[in-house]
Amino acid sequence: MTDIRREAPPEQGTPVVSVKDVDLNFAGVKALSGVTFDVNDNELFAIIGPNGAGKTSIFNVLSGVYRPQAGSVTFLGEDLLGKRPHVVAGLGMARTFQNIELFENLDVVDNLMLGRHHHLGYGWPSAVAWLGRAQKAEIRNRRYVEEIIDFLEIEPYRRMPAGLLPYGVQKRIELGRALAMEPKLLLLDEPVAGMNGEETEDMARFILDIRSELGIPMILVEHDMGLVMDLADRVMAMDFGRPVATGLPSEVQAHPEVIRAYLGSPDPEEVA
Amino acid sequence: MTSTRLRGRPLVRTSYAQDMSLLNTPAKRRSTILIIIVSFLVPFIVTDDLLLVLTLGMISAVGAIGLNLVTGYAGQVSLGHAFFIGLGAYTGAVLGGDTDASVTGYGLPIYIWLPAAGVVAALAGLLVGPIAVRLRGLYLAIVTLGLVFLGDHIFRESRSLTGGPGVGRRGPDLVIFGIDLEESGVVLGLDLAREQRQFFMALVFLIIFAVLGRNIARSGVGRAFSAIRDRDVAAAVIGVDLTKYKVMAFAMSSFFAGVTGALYYAVVGVFEPSAFGLLLSVQYLAMVLIGGVATISGAIMGALFISSLGRISGEIAHVLPFISESSSGSGLLSVFQLEAILYGVLIVVFLIFEPRGLFGIWTRVRNYWKGWPFSY
Repeated sequence: MTDIRREAPPEQGTPVVSVKDVDLNFAGVKALSGVTFDVNDNELFAIIGPNGAGKTSIFNVLSGVYRPQAGSVTFLGEDLLGKRPHVVAGLGMARTFQNIELFENLDVVDNLMLGRHHHLGYGWPSAVAWLGRAQKAEIRNRRYVEEIIDFLEIEPYRRMPAGLLPYGVQKRIELGRALAMEPKLLLLDEPVAGMNGEETEDMARFILDIRSELGIPMILVEHDMGLVMDLADRVMAMDFGRPVATGLPSEVQAHPEVIRAYLGSPDPEEVA
Repeated sequence: MTSTRLRGRPLVRTSYAQDMSLLNTPAKRRSTILIIIVSFLVPFIVTDDLLLVLTLGMISAVGAIGLNLVTGYAGQVSLGHAFFIGLGAYTGAVLGGDTDASVTGYGLPIYIWLPAAGVVAALAGLLVGPIAVRLRGLYLAIVTLGLVFLGDHIFRESRSLTGGPGVGRRGPDLVIFGIDLEESGVVLGLDLAREQRQFFMALVFLIIFAVLGRNIARSGVGRAFSAIRDRDVAAAVIGVDLTKYKVMAFAMSSFFAGVTGALYYAVVGVFEPSAFGLLLSVQYLAMVLIGGVATISGAIMGALFISSLGRISGEIAHVLPFISESSSGSGLLSVFQLEAILYGVLIVVFLIFEPRGLFGIWTRVRNYWKGWPFSY
């Protein structure tokens, strides 16, 4: 049986991803300016900030959807700038989306199998002929997908079209699709947004399981401060596209700039 | 891994191979075998003129499966299918037809002209595919519509290949394994008329291409197509190369179209450039929409239905006195106008009332009988 758990932890030391002085502009709008951070192996790195602070833009830069005007992004020693999204995905970057982006007409198994796209290892001629090679690859990858279905406890939904499932389950399937890629870095964009307490607890448990059992480093964007402060190893707070503070959750929470970004200045004259 | 089947539990599977197989329930296996047996018996029951309608319907089904790959599965609306069918038809006719006073032909056997027809159309699809990378939805539909007019002009002007408008040329010669499908006679101990022979040929080709279509649909390639249709940004982010798969969808679809074009006009005989107009593209879209988007069996049902629409409107014209049976006859409508009206009405009715097409109707009937005598 294939096992989704990693056998040996990779070597420590170099950061998995390092972002340096990234600027991203849309015409006159500065979405990101001078964003710099590193994510180390086996680390859960959280990015917080008010709406429009540029959190999702960082994800789009990392996964190759946006191309920044300045700065550098290095992922496992490879320069990511200018690489197209499917190439970045091939390097081992997986993400979930803030608004669910599942393939709603396909069933859960097919959605997860799409996460295995890079691991299929057969081309269109084998697909058309459907001989031993394609069949074996499908079965091998299906086993892996079943491990993830088991891991995320979504067995009852296997053959349901993803679009018909409840919101909380869809979020979980999106996480499953990202995990199916065997990622080396996982980007989670608001994994518990709009969830009730029980669903949030479930998701927190899965995130902790991913870290302890699969050892995948993660970047988490989330507004649920309780979740962020409980789970994250380090936190970066952002405001208007600039990083305001980076450090341990307790440090960032107490940082005056962060409090100002969220709650405004205590002195009304300072705002003016 | 052992795979056993449990009697009376058709949905219990004991291996992934069983789950992935083409006909994964006993009911599907039995009904498919039954349909194939009945299809092979049809030529001995049905009259020759109706047999020709079915033959052309089955050949069209190959093209409809092709269009369903690009439009149904990959979600790229193409109005240019007639262009690819035309390319296939003329490639087949030039390579497999005979030279006469006005047109050239090389008289090559079907083993060469049929694959060549598919390949030439597929190459054209490869050239058009990159456009789909830049455009989507209605914009892509308009650009592919341009192809039809481009093709129309080229087909009209290259008289040495196509015969030109109003003249036309003959399709390729249909000879398989030394059996001439344009003559009658004894084959394998059976006395078969021309229509019966052609029906068997079309049936065999349809089965081959339907299986190929299903293989594409159930493999990683088909999944990638569906991913692009549902969410293209998400597809790219999980590793699907959008350019590669969109171009691949166009090339595969065009290959099917090319094969259809060559076979169709080999059966029809003489054809002229005006055959490959916008109406043909619309007919194929109608086959896909009425049959069932993103299903192979739906495309086949749709193609058979749309192909028999001419015959059906002819029958209606027999019954209704105000419809004339020729274009010049008296009456409110001609039979051809009635046919065109039926296309439009059927597309509108299906899109509003049964967007999943004939396939959707079939699943509803199936589910009713699955639960019978309970309502669900």
